[in-house]
Amino acid sequence: MTTRRAALGLLAGGVAHVTQTSPLWAEARHSYDLRPVPILSGVWMIKGATEYFSRDNGGAIVNCAILQGKSGLILIDSGSSRRYGEALNLALRKLDLRGVSTVINTHHHPDHYFGNQVFADKPILALGGTIAAARTEGDGFSDNMYRLLGDWMRGTEPVPPSIEIGTGDIVVDGRRLAALPLGGHTASDLALIDAETGLLITGDLVFLDRAPTTPHADLARWQEALTTLAAVQAPAVLPGHGPLDRAGIAIRKTSAYLTWLNDRLVAAAGMGLDMIEIMETPLPDEFASMGAQPQEFHRSVSHLYPEIERMILPRAN
Amino acid sequence: MFTRSSALAVAIGLMAGSVSGAPQVQLDDPFSSGMWDYHQEALLGDPAKIQFDDRVRVIAPDTAEDAFNVPLLVDATALSDVEEIVISVDYGPIPKILSFFPGEAEPKLALRFKIDQATAIRASVRTRTDGWHVGGTLIDAAGGGCSAPAQAYASDDWEEKLGEMHGRLWSSSGRARVIVDHPMDTGLADGIPVFIIRDLTFSTDDGHEVARIALSEPVNEDPAFTLYFDPETMPSLLHVRGRDNNGNEIEGILTDEEVN
Repeated sequence: MTTRRAALGLLAGGVAHVTQTSPLWAEARHSYDLRPVPILSGVWMIKGATEYFSRDNGGAIVNCAILQGKSGLILIDSGSSRRYGEALNLALRKLDLRGVSTVINTHHHPDHYFGNQVFADKPILALGGTIAAARTEGDGFSDNMYRLLGDWMRGTEPVPPSIEIGTGDIVVDGRRLAALPLGGHTASDLALIDAETGLLITGDLVFLDRAPTTPHADLARWQEALTTLAAVQAPAVLPGHGPLDRAGIAIRKTSAYLTWLNDRLVAAAGMGLDMIEIMETPLPDEFASMGAQPQEFHRSVSHLYPEIERMILPRAN
Repeated sequence: MFTRSSALAVAIGLMAGSVSGAPQVQLDDPFSSGMWDYHQEALLGDPAKIQFDDRVRVIAPDTAEDAFNVPLLVDATALSDVEEIVISVDYGPIPKILSFFPGEAEPKLALRFKIDQATAIRASVRTRTDGWHVGGTLIDAAGGGCSAPAQAYASDDWEEKLGEMHGRLWSSSGRARVIVDHPMDTGLADGIPVFIIRDLTFSTDDGHEVARIALSEPVNEDPAFTLYFDPETMPSLLHVRGRDNNGNEIEGILTDEEVN
């Protein structure tokens, strides 16, 4: 005779079977596979996918840097969601049982600070401009991130950085850093040099093998910032997106792309092209092979062309 | 018997004017958006001859990066005798974006518009003898483009720039591009009434009209258009004249000069 208990057992067995082979009835819980990779003495990185946000990558597209501090780990950029922050927290406790002592955000884009929520009881440092921008734009970013990433974002609420970071030579949790207040990718971009290893952490002022993004860009200012960063002559550069650069190419490549992008848009304005016509022209091989192309180029046309066009077109009245 | 539901049906019928949701030509919407039948009646006047036609190309990005400035290129040059192109969205508080009367220009127009949600977007092309031909595409969007105040109000000199025009002709490639400074307020933002350019006409030096655009609220702030001409017959100079719904006159001249 089939008892209720046996029937439940059957049901449970059936469900377990379904989950293992093909989850027809529900999506598995999304989880991030974050692995800190040691890159220098007392320095690790989490490598992001060189892609755009998607429901496949869960928004894990950013590089995080982790530095050994005196009372725990210093985390530079915290990822795209609450769940990302939680995964980061777990993974980092394997490096130092005390976990994260301090968070620094390089700028206010959501993939760089939406994990802050998990570290809200720790000091979270950023430039003043970044704190202000995160406060005004956080909710808008959040709406868009939920739209792009769906369930990966569950429970995420933007927590802006809380403490304005000093600039020049500073000490954060016992670790000596040089903090460079720059801009161009956004109005306020922080680059950091780790005194002990010489590592230059650039945030999104530098990209490698992934197209730079421009929603808040000022291209001329960005190029100035890149000149400043190149002058550091760091032995290793950790870009905001893309692999660690020990060959000294990332800054130059970022600059070359931005130069090309500006020239392309200025030329297009001089020819009277509309945005769609520019988007339809193919990219040079050198830039077509970057991650997230041609989507990022298309986005950049939307961000930058209206203003460039106004400067190029003559007055008609 | 007169029931409550039939009373409701009558009321809805009255509210929507003559729109019944059942146009005289029933088309098979390639996007199955659920709204096309309604727009076919309300926007196009329930034409007797209408078809979806891939020769009407509507090109836009898959996703609207900036909900306030979605670029769009409509190209009906594969059709002949085009008299009017109606550009509209299926979903949005104000479906109609504009009507373009190409006249002596090519039936092709580049524009930008404000998007309020993910939607199908259509270009309905009226020809002189062969009825309407409708093309479209889909655009995904985070939305909100129609119900936010114009960005112009973030600066205090927008009134001085009102009606300021940039643009020129490229006679070798048959292009005319024009950008007019105007807030293009939809009336959907709290406390800000509708404030839009109603029409822009393009005419030759002797006053002969070559093309006209009738704008509605969803055209972007600081409208930007490219018109296309046969380089052989393109006028060497175009007057652009227009008027907004507050009676402000807009006037400018497009020439081949790079700087003026």
